[in-house]
Amino acid sequence: MSSLDRRAFLASAASAGILPFLRILPAEAQARDTLVTVFGQTINSLDLHRVGTNRASYQVAINCYDRLVGFGAKQLPTGEMSYDYDTIVPELAESWTISDDGLTITFKLKPDATFWDGTKVTAEDVKWSFDRAVLAGGFPTTQMRAGGFFRPDQFEAIDEETFVVRLDYPSKLSLPNLAVPVPFIINSKVAKANATGDDPWAMEYLHMNPAGSGAYKVARWDQGQQLVYERNDAWVGGELPAIRRVIVREVPSAATRRALVERGDVQISMDIPDRDAAELADRLTVHSTPIENCMHCLCLNSKFGPFQDANVRKAVAYAVPYEAIFESAAYGRGAKLWGGPEEIDDIAWPRPFPYDTNLDTARDYLAQSGYPDGFEVTLSISLDLVDWMEPTALLIQEALGRIGITVTVDRIPGANWRTVALVDKSLDLHLENFGGWLNTPCYYFFWAYQKDRLFNSSAYESEAVHELTERTLHMAMDDPEYAPLIKEMFAHVIEDLPRIPLYQPALNVAMNGAGGYEFWFHRQLDVRPLNGGEA
Amino acid sequence: MSSPASPSAASGQVAHIVYVLRENPVTALSFALFGFIVLSALIGPYVVPYDPLATNSARALEAPSAAHWFGTDQLGRDVFSRVIVATRLDLTISVAAVAISFVIGAFLGAVAGYWGGWIDALLNRILDTIMAFPLFILAMGIVAALGNSVENIIYATAIINIPFYARVVRAEVNIRREAGFALAARLAGNSHARVLAFHIFPNALPPMMVQVSLNMGWAILNAAGLSFIGLGVRPPTPEWGIMVAEGANFIVSGHWWIALFPGLWLMLAVFTFNLMGDGLRDIVDPRRRT
Amino acid sequence: MAGRGHPVLWRLAQTIPVIAGVVVISFILTRALPGDPAVQFAGLAATPESIAQVREALGLDKPLIQQFLIYCGALLQGDLGRSVVTGQPVVTDLAMRLPASLELTLTALLLACLVAIPLGLLAAVHQGSWIDQLCRVVVTAGVSLPTFFTGILLIYVFYYLLGWAPSPLGRLDFIYFDPPRVTGFHLIDTLIDGDTETFFGALRQIALPAITLALFTLAPIARMTRAAMLGALSSDYIRTARAAGLSPSKVLFGYAFRNALLPVVTTLGMVFSFVLGANVLVEKVFAWPGIGSYAVEALVQSDYAAVQGFVLAMALLFVLLNLLIDLSYALIDPRIGFSAK
Repeated sequence: MSSLDRRAFLASAASAGILPFLRILPAEAQARDTLVTVFGQTINSLDLHRVGTNRASYQVAINCYDRLVGFGAKQLPTGEMSYDYDTIVPELAESWTISDDGLTITFKLKPDATFWDGTKVTAEDVKWSFDRAVLAGGFPTTQMRAGGFFRPDQFEAIDEETFVVRLDYPSKLSLPNLAVPVPFIINSKVAKANATGDDPWAMEYLHMNPAGSGAYKVARWDQGQQLVYERNDAWVGGELPAIRRVIVREVPSAATRRALVERGDVQISMDIPDRDAAELADRLTVHSTPIENCMHCLCLNSKFGPFQDANVRKAVAYAVPYEAIFESAAYGRGAKLWGGPEEIDDIAWPRPFPYDTNLDTARDYLAQSGYPDGFEVTLSISLDLVDWMEPTALLIQEALGRIGITVTVDRIPGANWRTVALVDKSLDLHLENFGGWLNTPCYYFFWAYQKDRLFNSSAYESEAVHELTERTLHMAMDDPEYAPLIKEMFAHVIEDLPRIPLYQPALNVAMNGAGGYEFWFHRQLDVRPLNGGEA
Repeated sequence: MSSPASPSAASGQVAHIVYVLRENPVTALSFALFGFIVLSALIGPYVVPYDPLATNSARALEAPSAAHWFGTDQLGRDVFSRVIVATRLDLTISVAAVAISFVIGAFLGAVAGYWGGWIDALLNRILDTIMAFPLFILAMGIVAALGNSVENIIYATAIINIPFYARVVRAEVNIRREAGFALAARLAGNSHARVLAFHIFPNALPPMMVQVSLNMGWAILNAAGLSFIGLGVRPPTPEWGIMVAEGANFIVSGHWWIALFPGLWLMLAVFTFNLMGDGLRDIVDPRRRT
Repeated sequence: MAGRGHPVLWRLAQTIPVIAGVVVISFILTRALPGDPAVQFAGLAATPESIAQVREALGLDKPLIQQFLIYCGALLQGDLGRSVVTGQPVVTDLAMRLPASLELTLTALLLACLVAIPLGLLAAVHQGSWIDQLCRVVVTAGVSLPTFFTGILLIYVFYYLLGWAPSPLGRLDFIYFDPPRVTGFHLIDTLIDGDTETFFGALRQIALPAITLALFTLAPIARMTRAAMLGALSSDYIRTARAAGLSPSKVLFGYAFRNALLPVVTTLGMVFSFVLGANVLVEKVFAWPGIGSYAVEALVQSDYAAVQGFVLAMALLFVLLNLLIDLSYALIDPRIGFSAK
């Protein structure tokens, strides 16, 4: 194709970009086979396993690679489509069996599955990819461990199409953890051909050159600018996507992103601010899905003197202006996590805590504490998350000031945030937004409430909660013991208040001329179910 | 100059200033604006209608009205009160930063330009090293490394401006150190320091005044830029830059007043400083004084 | 003329300590940045072991002096290291992004000079008149707005409201392909390729960001032109030239303007440096894939190699620029010599 032909072709495919009036014609929108999406982050690698690969890059693992299994889809009560944590569906595996003791999972691979280069997907490829994930170090290794995958000797390729995983202990997290983005299947023949002595896992090669079997190939990657997905018509992992080509553009300015999607020059704007979501909702299709297993919290550090006093913690919990925060920081998007019932009668999580704004109650608790005249404290927020953290912090600062607690707001650079907040756990009072990938309460507790865990930024130490989390983490959800134990855990943290939930945030996506959006726990855009218009 | 209304009639500093102001309405206007800005910095915090820090989520994002002249921001704070109260901080940042860089830069440049030799060479290398950094990135780096407080923003702004003064002064002094009037002054028994300070250095003042006026504005803009990246002063402190930076994201959604009014005030201040430059230049120009 | 070769070499030799200074300062600056890159890159769900693994992989477990020596050793081989954020050699990243920033900066400067120098001349010749005042007010208004504010305002008006400008999505709309790379400047490469359609595409994209930057640079150039012209016009040799009966245009352009050029060129150099820095903000607003946005990202992420590489590249650029300015001094104003007395 000459360059002019290519351009003419692309121009017709993306006509909305140059001929604004065409975008209002529904026929045009439905015939569309190219979508343009924008987002504010930057993709820094095409290989999730590499050290330093950022969150935004996970989408390549999702759209360009397959896993053995995936999650199904479901409709939420709000009408939104979402992935379904409770339904595991085949992706590269055709079927699987779990032994009676729960220790061995045997997968049968789809016989017709091929990589992009036409070679067959074999159990040997799966073995190589899983070995890589548990040995790469850093995040992939940590995530693999959550499912009980620690060592290469747990994985075995029996024959070309049979793959076995052996576990040290049975766990309800094992199978779901094979459906998260991390254990993706790489074309090991291509990877090995490009591996070196120093780089046995071909990190260098796969960083720039994906080699998978997924629904989309990377047609083009201009780092810091755009990524172009092109459909793999030989995909067997699921239903063939409707869209032939998806262009992902990186646009750092939120105002620019909003203008683009509002004018219809792009069809999808991913992860838009709550404010834009609230304002665009009546003009465009805006999907706002409360993020599963995620809370925006005010964390009280147990290393800070006053916060060791239970009455001080209660005073803070009653002083927080929840409603104002929900309106000013979240613009009413997401779910409320305050003013819940005292009684714990289910195991839903995140759940509203039984606190509500009441300055008199707050003053009473403070008067009973060891700090009746208040104290001074620094409320730290991350510069990367000022969107919601800054209004929240200012409202909390003002409210705590009314009961005599003097708050100074400190903004910490994003690069430093994780070190001081999560690793050193040295922030007295701060905001935090942890969300667990695997949607069970015990998984949240494991990361955010257990002693010394990374996201336990309040340095909360409770023997009881620690024990309960250990016992429930791998226990089946339908085990009769599970629910009572979980309720007991809830009661502890509601009483101890190391984290005061503010609200459950929403993931907002604006669409103008595209449909088929599904929410995913990883908060990346799964482009596979998208289509050109009909919702 | 060919102008018939030659200032020869005016004798004395005050008369000269009055003359310059009368001659040039824009300069006069800029001095008046400067007076207004200084005044709002001095008494602003006592006369604004609302507490600039008080939030009111019930009245968030209200358009300008009689109650809120400049509207309210996303937290319901009164934009007018915040804009006026911010004057003091912004003025402090720019004046402090420019004063530091003016004094250090002028001293270094004068010494290097007058004596030359290894001092000149050394200073030039140091200045080149600073200049070799992209200035805004250097300021960002300094503030990021030291922490984002008002002092550090001032230091960062001062450091990146020093070379501008030093180079201008050095060039002017270098050209004139062997000029007839300098040699004459020297022969008349003046010391080197005296010749430099009273005979040569004043010649560098006109271009330096242009620099000062520009830099006062740049200092504010620099702080605004740092705010846009997230390295500005701490919230909820009112500061024009951070208000514009935060408000900029609201323009597309139609809440133009949050960014526009702080932006206008910022522009007004920078505008004033810049316009004053020419006036100051006319006032201190030694050629005009004779 | 034979004598000129020696001072130039001497001037070149003087740049060595500058580069050394830049290397040291940038190393110290990056290490003083807050944040622990190992924690940053170990990812979301890092454990102490995985953080330690990453730290070792990045070589950050070694003493600072050793890290510095390793860095210098690599530098001498032309290796700027590898950016952890992009995972590519820093040299590759910079080579890819520098032309975008330079193209934007130079276009903006060219635009600014075309407007500002005539304005400055006009203002100086008609000193005190309404033309002079109008020039002052106009250029001053331009420099008085933060660039990111102007940028967003221009996008709002010309793209969002009026629809005249193309979508602010970087150097080229996605319907075009990048021209074959010769200079890296899209505006030049498309012309070399003879592809006028893409040329106009690139021109449309660069228009708003270039105007944003140009507005900002009008003032220093116009004001310095005016100030320098006034200085030159009031000097003795102009009086002499006028008295000698030379034509006004000859006096103006032949003598005054030539002498006024010195401070104008100095200002241009400073403005260039300043604008490359100010680019950071404009690049962010217009999603321009230049080195400014690269540097901000690297700084925010504490990506040592990328920050150091960027600063060093900039330093080399400015050293070169200063060298050119100094050389042009010698050409324009013979009173300044290189050999310090």
